[in-house]
Amino acid sequence: MRLLTHNMLSSNIKGVVNGFPLRIEVEKVVEKQVDFNPDFLKNMFSKIEWKPLVDASRAMGYAELPEEAESSMLDSHDFLQRFHHALLELHLEEGALICPETARRFPVNKGIPNLLLHEDEV
Amino acid sequence: MSSFRTAQIHLVSSHREVYEPCDDSFALVDALLAERVNLLNHHPTLCLEVGCGSGYVITSLALMLGKEASGAHYIATDINPHAIRVTQETLEAHGVHAELVSTDIASGLEKRLAGSVDVLVVNPPYVPTPEDEVGRDGIASAWAGGENGRSVIDRILLVADVLLSDKGWLYMVTLTANNPSQICLQMREKGYASRIVVQRSTEEESLHVIKFWKDADLQVDGKESTHKTGPARVVESLISQFPRLSFWRNNSNTNR
Repeated sequence: MRLLTHNMLSSNIKGVVNGFPLRIEVEKVVEKQVDFNPDFLKNMFSKIEWKPLVDASRAMGYAELPEEAESSMLDSHDFLQRFHHALLELHLEEGALICPETARRFPVNKGIPNLLLHEDEV
Repeated sequence: MSSFRTAQIHLVSSHREVYEPCDDSFALVDALLAERVNLLNHHPTLCLEVGCGSGYVITSLALMLGKEASGAHYIATDINPHAIRVTQETLEAHGVHAELVSTDIASGLEKRLAGSVDVLVVNPPYVPTPEDEVGRDGIASAWAGGENGRSVIDRILLVADVLLSDKGWLYMVTLTANNPSQICLQMREKGYASRIVVQRSTEEESLHVIKFWKDADLQVDGKESTHKTGPARVVESLISQFPRLSFWRNNSNTNR
C-alpha cells in the first residue's frame, strides 16, 4: 500500500464522523522504485491532505517532507522528489490502519489493506 | 504503431473462489481498447476498477495505456479477498502496478476520492438472482445481482456519481435483463450522457458495455428541467441505442 492510497482511505464504520486519517501501525515497510513523473505529482498535489502525508511518511521512517506545503513549491525539483518518494515509493507491506475515532484495526497484509466490515459495523 | 497489449490469459492467476475472465471481461477490455486513443487524450490521473476479480481488466487497462499515460494511477477493489490476491498476482505477472483494497465497492475511499476518479471501470455482478444470494462470500459475489441483476449495479451507480471527476468516464458491463436503457435514463437524470461502446450477443445473453460521462447540457437541478428537455427525444435516442430491446420497438435492422 502506497501512502497515496493511505491518503485516500477513511474509516468506513457506520456512525464514524472523523474517520480520517487512519493511523498507521508499521510492521514492515518496503521501498519500490517508481518512475518520476512531475506532471502526475502536480495533478495529485491538490488532492492530497498534506499533514496526514507528513505524519504517515514519518511513521514509515521517512522524515524529509516539509511540515507545510503549498503549490508554489511544486516548482522545486527537490520538493517534487521528496513528495514522489513519500507518495509512491514507500509501501506499507505489513501492519494496520487504525480508525482515529473507534481504534478499530484494519489489517494490511502483503501490501493490501482490508476495509471489509463486520455485519454490526455496516 | 505502438505495441499496446492486453493481459495475457496464461498469465492471469486463478483461484477456485475467483471469477475467471469470461465473455463479459473480454467485452469490457475490447471496449477499453476501442476507446484507447480517447483514453490517452483524456489524460486520466486516477483510474479505478470496482470488482477486479482475476485482475484481467485492470491489468489490461494499465498495459494498454502504458507509458504513454504514465501520469495515471490505478486503484482496484474487490469484496472478495481471494480476488484481490489473484489480481495482485496477475498484475505482477505483467509487470504493472495497481493499488489494491479489499472493500465493498469503494467503501472507505468514497470520502477522499469524491470527484477525483477520471476513469471508472466496472464489470458488476449482473446476473438476476434471488435477493438473498447477493452479498455472499466468495465467487457468488462476482455474479449474484439480485432482482433483475440490479441490486449491486444500482449501488455502484450511486457511488460512481460521487467518485467521478467532472471529466470522469464510467465504463460498465450490463446484461439485457438489467434493463440498460432504464439505467441510461436514470443516469441521464443525474446529468450523464451515455453510449454503447461494445455490444455482444451470445445464445444465452446480450451484453452491452456502456460509457457514461457528465454532459454539461444535461446538468439538472431537479427532475422538472429533465422533463423540459423532452423525454420523447431521449427515449427516441435510447431506442436507437438499444435496437434489440424489442419490447420498445422492433427495429433491429437499424443496428450499426
